[in-house]
Amino acid sequence: MMECKQAAKLMSQSQDRNLTFNERMSLRFHLLMCSGCAQYNKQMDFIRKAMKQLKQR
Amino acid sequence: MVGNVLHKVTLVSNNTDQHAQKSHRVQSVDAEQVAAMREEMLRFTTLQLRDSVLAEDVVHEALNAALSKNKYSGRGSLKSWVFAILRNKIIDVIRERSRHPTESYIEDDVSDDQFDDRGHWKKSHKPSNWGQPETVLANEQFWLIFDICLKALPENTARVFMMREHLGLELKEVCKELNISDSNAWVIMHRARSQLRKCLEINFIQEGKL
Repeated sequence: MMECKQAAKLMSQSQDRNLTFNERMSLRFHLLMCSGCAQYNKQMDFIRKAMKQLKQR
Repeated sequence: MVGNVLHKVTLVSNNTDQHAQKSHRVQSVDAEQVAAMREEMLRFTTLQLRDSVLAEDVVHEALNAALSKNKYSGRGSLKSWVFAILRNKIIDVIRERSRHPTESYIEDDVSDDQFDDRGHWKKSHKPSNWGQPETVLANEQFWLIFDICLKALPENTARVFMMREHLGLELKEVCKELNISDSNAWVIMHRARSQLRKCLEINFIQEGKL
């Protein structure tokens, strides 16, 4: 199974490039199993939202 | 002081937002409102360029460009229109500067201290549940901390991150402008997001302000 360290890298990269099919699948699987990474994933989305909103302010 | 400025500008932009929602017609540029943004523009530009003298020049140019037009298309707020002008000026400077790079962006793939030897989250670093963080986007206190966390990023990390997330360039373009490789840029972006996350978790979430 993928490690959290690798999962965190992929979560960031998914915001900058299209992940490969294999990367997407193993990341999705990891997120189902790992609560820490699932939180991290939500937080990455939130930071992007905050950066978008910062532009409008 | 900074808080007051932020607050004031936000009020101004809210007013124009409401106004803009009523109609999309061309609106007049209020010189006083534009001038009131100067300080915030300066902070933003200094953060991007890390050069306060250069930032003064760029803001000056952007203000002149904004004030030389009497009207703007009233789709968004006056503030986002002015900042769009500013962003373009900043991109010009970054492009110009990246033709003469003075700094190295080579990053080692340093070991990330959030993880243990097996690549799992260390107990002390495991991301906690932030609940519904979107609700804090309306909270002035949050934006002050967010600003502080952005400023705490190392210079090169901040530059790459802001070009991507604030100026809205594709990462490919950022790589080209700064002459760095894709994998280098991914490492830098990952580091930036990860540091921001940690900073927010420590200063906002754990302080119980959420």
